[in-house]
Amino acid sequence: MLDDFMMRATLAGIGVAFAAAPLGCFVVWRRMAYFGDATAHAAILGIALSLALSISVFAGALVIALVMALTVNLLTGRGYAMDTLLGVLAHSALAFGLVAVSFLSGIRIDLMAYLFGDILAVSRSDLVVIWGGAALVVALIGWRWSDLLTATLNEDLAYASGIDPKREQLVLTLALAITVAVAIKVVGVLLIAAMLIIPAAAARPLSRTPEGMAVVAAGIGSISALVGLRAAYVFDTPAGPSIVCVAALIFAALSIVGSLRTST
Amino acid sequence: MSLVDVENLSIRYGANTVLSNVSLSIDAGEIVTIVGPNGSGKTSLLRAIIGAVKPSKGRVTLGRDVRLGYVPQKLHIDPTLPMSVARFLALPHGVAPAQIEAALKQAGVPELAMAQMSRLSGGQFQRVLLARALTGDPQLLILDEATQGLDQPGSAAFYQQIEKVRRDTGCAVLMISHELHVVMSASDRVVCLNGHVCCEGTPEVVASAPEYRALFGSGTMGALALYRHDHDHAHDASNHTKKKAAE
Repeated sequence: MLDDFMMRATLAGIGVAFAAAPLGCFVVWRRMAYFGDATAHAAILGIALSLALSISVFAGALVIALVMALTVNLLTGRGYAMDTLLGVLAHSALAFGLVAVSFLSGIRIDLMAYLFGDILAVSRSDLVVIWGGAALVVALIGWRWSDLLTATLNEDLAYASGIDPKREQLVLTLALAITVAVAIKVVGVLLIAAMLIIPAAAARPLSRTPEGMAVVAAGIGSISALVGLRAAYVFDTPAGPSIVCVAALIFAALSIVGSLRTST
Repeated sequence: MSLVDVENLSIRYGANTVLSNVSLSIDAGEIVTIVGPNGSGKTSLLRAIIGAVKPSKGRVTLGRDVRLGYVPQKLHIDPTLPMSVARFLALPHGVAPAQIEAALKQAGVPELAMAQMSRLSGGQFQRVLLARALTGDPQLLILDEATQGLDQPGSAAFYQQIEKVRRDTGCAVLMISHELHVVMSASDRVVCLNGHVCCEGTPEVVASAPEYRALFGSGTMGALALYRHDHDHAHDASNHTKKKAAE
């Protein structure tokens, strides 16, 4: 079954959708969209470093994404507005990453594969890493779920309940770095934030509980992967962007239905 | 035994000292109100009591097994977060449905259990916050300007609810308020704060204290007071020199 590249691609897409769904909900609730972007963009620098050092791309991307996310955490609230800080860091990381890749003479690498993903080239060992990482993210967020929700509502309410919101922020940061690392192969660094935000945002009109929203987001992400891959096959379009396009169309359709329902 | 003992508490954010040498204790069942101009460290004092800020000096001691209920100043729940009132009350560690029902009733909004948080009006929201603080059956209820954003009748009704809760449960109340007329009628004790404790005592004592009048004017029990900030006021002057020395 896994000999078929379309089957491997589909499983990879669904794995990423599962990791991105609960995390993406928190990214939306906490207004961290740009934070996800910055972390993902930093991964290209990690890719360049891991190619130069001949280590695993997953490991390199994971480490640099984590360093980036921790740097943002550390610098927040020290003079610059969050979006300015993230604007500086996200684009600098991307630029430094692209420059670093150009130094790698001797190795011919397909930059497009890292920027937009190369889901059709997912190998069996890639699948193991993707599903392992996704399981880790879901377990991590599931374990901290109630505390994360409380810290998301209000920091002082969290403190009053004996929860340290800074620790919960670290949990999300770690989950984000893992998700970025496993999603590179599927949608590439430029579109990872889309897989986090679009399914979660699309799930909102259908949800009455936080858990429901995460489950629906996972469903929408999986459908996007299935339909997007099929469309890429039929229309001969790039697979990663096709998946994101399907997610965006689902978002648009559900938003329209949602607003019609509330206005009547 | 007091519920909370604050001893010589100082709080500093970077080079900025917001509280210096504040001592305060709350006994079971009393209503204590903190008044003071903006930036006088009222919220910082409450946040130190709930453990959200670490003291730079001094300490905060909670009595053994004292249960706190906290109503924050303002709370913004992103409308993208779907959550029912009952769920909001049960976070983070789960609360029995009967207890949630009782807390909502105590807060005067028994009908809201299944409502979505994002659909509540300002007054309903504050009462749901109060209900959340009551789910743990607190011995000390802490409110940080809980009526911010409510109109006059709304805030009067809210304070009546607080008094009723105190009568019914016997919990102590520590609150910050800008509404001096309410404070003066409802409190057992008033603490006037301006970076340090200016004066403290029964409402009558505080209202006639020169330190209080310097901050709030000497109108009819403070009801018409403006938040005047007198720089020739002795306490202010010493405070400012302290700040300079700290820099």
